[in-house]
Amino acid sequence: MLECTPKEPLPKDARTTGSINPIKTCQPVGALYAALGIHGCLPHSHGSQGCCSYHRMALSRHFHEPAMASTSSFTEGASVFGGAANLKTSIKNVFAIYNPEIIAVHTTCLSETIGDDMPTIIKQSEIPEGKYVIHANTPSYHGSHVTGFSNMCKGIVSYLAESDGNPKKERANIFPGFTNPGDMREIKRIVTEMGVPSIMYPDTTGVMDSPVRKTYEMFPRGGATIEAIQDSGNSKMTLSLGAWSSDEAAATLQSKCGVPGVPLRIPIGVKATDDLIMAVKKGFGVDVPEPLEVERGQVIDTLIDIHYQYEGKTVAVFGDPDIVIPLVEFLITMGMIPKYVLTGTPGGKFEKIVNGMLEEAGIEGSRVKAEGDLFDLHQWIKEESVDLLIGNAHGKYIARAEDIPLVRVGFPVFDRAVHPLMPIVGYRGCLRLIEMISNVLLDRRDRDCLDEDYELIL
Amino acid sequence: MTMTDVNIDEILAPMPDKVKKNRRKHIVKKDASAGCRPQIEANTRTVPGIITQRGCSYAGCKGVVVGPIKDMLTITHGPIGCAYYSWGTRRNKARTDDSTPPDQIYSTMCFSTDMQESDIVFGGEKKLAKMIDEVVEIFHPRAINICATCPIGLIGDDLGAVSKAAEERHGIPIIHYNCEGYKGVSQSAGHHIANNQIMERMIGTGTEKVDGKYVLNFLGEYNIGGDAWEIERVLEEIGYTVGSTLTGDSAYATIKNMHTAHLNLVQCHRSINYIAEMMETKYGIPWLKVNFIGIDATIDTLRDIAQCFGDKELIARTELVIERELAAVTPEIERYQKICRGKTAFIFVGGSRSHHYQFLLRNLGMEVMVAGYEFAHRDDYEGREVIPTIKSDADSKNIPELHVKPDTEMYRPPHLRLKMSQEKYDELVASGVLNEYRGMYPDMVNGGIMIDDANHFETEELVKVFKPDLIFTGIKDKYVTHKMGLPSKQIHSYDYSGPYTCFRGAVTFAKDVAHSLSTPAWKMITPPWEQSITEQR
Repeated sequence: MLECTPKEPLPKDARTTGSINPIKTCQPVGALYAALGIHGCLPHSHGSQGCCSYHRMALSRHFHEPAMASTSSFTEGASVFGGAANLKTSIKNVFAIYNPEIIAVHTTCLSETIGDDMPTIIKQSEIPEGKYVIHANTPSYHGSHVTGFSNMCKGIVSYLAESDGNPKKERANIFPGFTNPGDMREIKRIVTEMGVPSIMYPDTTGVMDSPVRKTYEMFPRGGATIEAIQDSGNSKMTLSLGAWSSDEAAATLQSKCGVPGVPLRIPIGVKATDDLIMAVKKGFGVDVPEPLEVERGQVIDTLIDIHYQYEGKTVAVFGDPDIVIPLVEFLITMGMIPKYVLTGTPGGKFEKIVNGMLEEAGIEGSRVKAEGDLFDLHQWIKEESVDLLIGNAHGKYIARAEDIPLVRVGFPVFDRAVHPLMPIVGYRGCLRLIEMISNVLLDRRDRDCLDEDYELIL
Repeated sequence: MTMTDVNIDEILAPMPDKVKKNRRKHIVKKDASAGCRPQIEANTRTVPGIITQRGCSYAGCKGVVVGPIKDMLTITHGPIGCAYYSWGTRRNKARTDDSTPPDQIYSTMCFSTDMQESDIVFGGEKKLAKMIDEVVEIFHPRAINICATCPIGLIGDDLGAVSKAAEERHGIPIIHYNCEGYKGVSQSAGHHIANNQIMERMIGTGTEKVDGKYVLNFLGEYNIGGDAWEIERVLEEIGYTVGSTLTGDSAYATIKNMHTAHLNLVQCHRSINYIAEMMETKYGIPWLKVNFIGIDATIDTLRDIAQCFGDKELIARTELVIERELAAVTPEIERYQKICRGKTAFIFVGGSRSHHYQFLLRNLGMEVMVAGYEFAHRDDYEGREVIPTIKSDADSKNIPELHVKPDTEMYRPPHLRLKMSQEKYDELVASGVLNEYRGMYPDMVNGGIMIDDANHFETEELVKVFKPDLIFTGIKDKYVTHKMGLPSKQIHSYDYSGPYTCFRGAVTFAKDVAHSLSTPAWKMITPPWEQSITEQR
């Protein structure tokens, strides 16, 4: 596997352009995923058919769920004359045939490059009474899939959220970031456990983890309702989880409706979960209920019990910034050594934040890179290997080539099931991460050791 | 099974009039008593807003045809997405062999110029040229593919000029494909663009003659789940040599010598018939439409191939291999037939597979009620004789036609390639064995539906009418089918199973289908506390 990757490290200026085995993809897939978090929404891709097909495929492979979306089906004609006619026809046909509550349009590099004016085209379209069409600009040549998720979240706020001018309700908005439905469910549970009502959006629970019911529902029962999203302008505060995926939407809601946003990390690991709970406690003056205290205590107990199974092990972590940052923090908490940390998403602050955490922990000699790719990582590993890889499924080729165990976290995970349902957030998520990490390391030790070292007692 | 008198107009009734009128032409019912083939509309634009299964030209070119060429490094020139989604998406298995060492295999990797906003504004040619220089320096590939994405055509990057200059710098073939996603109406445009370049830039450039008494090329076989390897095993046991496949487990090193073969086998008619025809004209290599999906279909195909050479020993050896393979799999097939018999299915997949799998399902006692292609042309449904009557529209005119002439040095008349007399060859052509494909329609079950570019709405309605037991589809529709309470099998990726070809493949397929139908969970969808209510209903 990957035998063509040079055995020796490359000279520093050998690679200056392009991406080899990327750790990011394009904006629209994130926008499509975010749009699926609105109840009754049909995401619509404004461009040629391939984009929509690829994005639906990527989401279906990761979630093992239908990911419905329509497309403007550009051919050469639309590319020359503009896509206005295609979008207007699409909107008309989509409402007539599929009858969604709302259509969430995102652009592609094609419609962005020809410069289709989305707000104007939407204004000129026939939209049935009581139905909505919203949009986000998601050019693929800027940012990553995380940027697209963020842009659609911002679009949802801009089009739908309203403030009625009355005093704010004792309620939290939760912007969960680009996470799996299992994570969103767990975040809602934690806030509910604290006795605080909440509105989460986008909310793909019930949409991208829906049960089999024997009848297909094109618009599954989950997702944030339009009414709830509209009313989010009247909430007391917004818990904005993940700077890259949620902060822009929170800032927009703050300036549009005066709902203050509290910027937090996605609650992966003890500290990030503590921060979320403290923010809710402080914001609403509530106590932390015993069940959450118990859960936290269980995590600390486990960390104490089995730290020797993973402490001091080196690990390479790659993925989306909002996932990787708190994950690295947790790995440091576990006593592990994040040796290589990469994201594909651009943004210098990623390197600053991760380097800051490493420095604070006194970890030296690690490499951190934003806008990195898996070829960078592979080259680093060839120079000096690590004990464990943590990242998306594309890491499996390096895992095999270099014989390093891989723990699958993030997006996409194509080659395993169940993961979208199982949270890695909150204290329960901590336990799951510890279990996954320590198990692969122990399995590895059992696999590699001599017969006389093969032991049951640890 | 009962033949439901399906009313297509009723199914389409909720659609807006214009859409209804358009879609009506894409849906055809098999009526054996009518005596003639009805015309189906295909290879025309998808209605905007319709949830289609189709992809784009880039997907057809890079994703399907050129991406699997294992020893070529393929750079996608464009923003990150297109390269990313066509990375490790299709299961075109590849392995090292005599001509391709492990450090020359690139097909599992993803190369993108990752264009940024400034590249869109100022042009991406310099970035592409630089990336070519860098990957040549790092990987030393034998040859490189450059595939274009939507914005490339819009901003006018000249891929031809960049490739040509880089070719001169590095002394290796650098082949470009103007396969921008918006070209044509589906993946089909990309297949055609890829075919043209493979024909013009690869085939015929090699000088090594493939050893073997009967050398075959295998066109339109992508080695999903090892399909090509199973076919090769059987063919080699009979005494053939497979020169190269196009393009599953194929290599630039072997593709360039394909012109030396005696006969071309065409598996996927849609994606590769262009090359088959052009090789016939340019080099005199005849082609034979084959189908290795299904036991009876495989037997017929093996006999057809043997007949093309007319060698008695070859024919005898063919029968021997058929007998031996058949004996090995028959008891196993019978075991699964018990579960499968009488069941019905829908099948939606590109190429020729919606046609081919009907034979395999019939071996299991199943029947396909609704079948459709994503990106086919009329000839894939109605047979090649309609080709002269197909009117080309604006979308298909955008795809350049490559006109080839007999090669002055390398052309050898087809009958000499097959080592037979001109009369015997003419007979084979006249009998419809060589250079012919009759399409899906003749093999559809009476009362069944052929549907082109099937969309989600129509599929759901047809499920209500036919109540199939199983749907063969791709990933986008797989989980929709599951939610309907119906089993589905991915027929693009085989759900990571396979191979499904020839005799042993039929057993693997039979087992997979039987398991899909009978997995205990299907009976557990209704929880016990609701069962009494269900029974009352």
